[in-house]
Amino acid sequence: MKTMLNVALPKGRLGEKVYYMFEMAGFPCPSIKENNRKLIFENQEVGVRYFWVKPSDVAIYVERGAADVGVAGKDILLEYAPDVYELLDLKIGACNMAVAAKADFVDDRKRTLHVATKFKNIAKKYYAGLGRDIDIIHLNGSIELAPILGLSDVIVDIVETGTTLKENNLVVFDKFQPISARLIANKANFKFKSEQIEKICRSLEKQTENL
Amino acid sequence: MENYGWALNSDERAAFKLRALYKKYGYTQYRMSKFEEYDLYARNKDFLVSDNVITFTDTDGKLLALKPDVTLSIIKSNKESANGISKVYYNEHVYRVSKGTQSFKEIMQVGLECIGDVDGYVVTEVLALAAKSLDLISENNVLDLSDLSLVKSVIEYAGVSFSGEEKIISFLGEKNVEGVRTVLREEKVDAEKATIVEKLVTVYGAPSKVLKDLDCFKVNDRAEKAVENLKGLTDSLAAIGMGDKIRIDFSVINDINYYNGVVFKGFVSGIPTGILSGGQYDNLMNKMGKTARAIGFAVYLDEIENFVKDTEEYDVDVLVVYDNGVSPKDISVKVNEIVMGGETALAKKTIPERLKYKRLVELKGECE
Repeated sequence: MKTMLNVALPKGRLGEKVYYMFEMAGFPCPSIKENNRKLIFENQEVGVRYFWVKPSDVAIYVERGAADVGVAGKDILLEYAPDVYELLDLKIGACNMAVAAKADFVDDRKRTLHVATKFKNIAKKYYAGLGRDIDIIHLNGSIELAPILGLSDVIVDIVETGTTLKENNLVVFDKFQPISARLIANKANFKFKSEQIEKICRSLEKQTENL
Repeated sequence: MENYGWALNSDERAAFKLRALYKKYGYTQYRMSKFEEYDLYARNKDFLVSDNVITFTDTDGKLLALKPDVTLSIIKSNKESANGISKVYYNEHVYRVSKGTQSFKEIMQVGLECIGDVDGYVVTEVLALAAKSLDLISENNVLDLSDLSLVKSVIEYAGVSFSGEEKIISFLGEKNVEGVRTVLREEKVDAEKATIVEKLVTVYGAPSKVLKDLDCFKVNDRAEKAVENLKGLTDSLAAIGMGDKIRIDFSVINDINYYNGVVFKGFVSGIPTGILSGGQYDNLMNKMGKTARAIGFAVYLDEIENFVKDTEEYDVDVLVVYDNGVSPKDISVKVNEIVMGGETALAKKTIPERLKYKRLVELKGECE
């Protein structure tokens, strides 16, 4: 029997795009296109097993070796710093990590800056680089609300098109980190399945060049 | 001697096998006290895998710590000798913060250190023992081998800034070619040099496959020496039949402030993290005011219990169930008889749920 390559895909539109890239790389799994609630799909013939997981969990599955490879956003990799190989920038799902605030915001360096964010490690590192004293308000969603209600001065969040910000009268002050989807691999499993992983990596790289 | 192997847990069994292996090569056991002065770790914080150390005050007011690391203690107590080398192995518990729970965890660690006149043979021997250690745990293993003086020479040759160097090294550890490329672009490194640095990420694999590619790294005398050294090492290991699990891989990044020369990391299929880690740490010796050279490695046994599934069919051979009417004497005689007969026995009043036993012996009293 072929050794199975376990692939963690992020649920959602990005994951579907990624699956098609894997299919083009020679790892198809037709059953995945059936419309059902299954989470695991395998194709024994080519030796691949896909599973859908929450996008922010992909790195955990890969770091712990439940998945050999996976696709995760650079934001997650920066925030959780999992001990994995980051093999390739897939150049899809591109957006930016940015600081945003109300249009009339002026940074008063005399006081502590209140930052609302889902990404507290990224925010901490960014402001440490500026030598700015901050307090972090960790939120899990609707970050844009924080400055409007006076909960925070600024937010650090992912900005794709900026529509949500605009509709809430917020303005981007600094786009400091480009984000895109990355192919990651478990360090130990990479050693034992390197042939398959390299094959995928090479093919995906070619595909990204044509993007 | 009676064989007690059956009573051991998987990690204990691995530890005994490893100790026997090191003993065969003339290493002597180094026993250490449970505690170490905190000062030792405060001074060498970066060498530790995690910053957190369990500390407490001794009766005389001294701040002590539960060891998070063994190497530092061995170096500290090692007596300088003009020539010669001390070869020791250890089997100790260390206390570190586990990433998942962010709380302290006790980890069994077995390892060895060679301190003194570390020559080519000693490096080969230590690598061979690392490879053999992995074989004892599982046939299906890989030992990644790198040379930090080569990595450092190549990066310095590219002429990047200090912060750029740090970034490149961290990207190299992630096998992140794109990241390395970005730093080189930001630092305006010319294309020819950049290609060589990028090759640190892309050149990896079995020695037979990559040895010829290593020549491109001979950018200066130091690098040339390192390349020749790697070739010599893999050749010597192949000569004793330990070559097939070796992989050249420059993504093995140990702290460059402490390690120099050869560094390596061992992986076993089925365990998601590396279980063996080591290298030459002359820089650490210098920092601790010693002139001797040193090399060593540690095997972390905490993951092994999850890896080796103890598939014991039965929890116990004989379950002895007795009631209040049976005299303690009669129960003792029965249990003793079973155990002396070579079986394991568990005596209880009721049959426990989910207990797997081969046979049941019921002792019933006469007057109930």
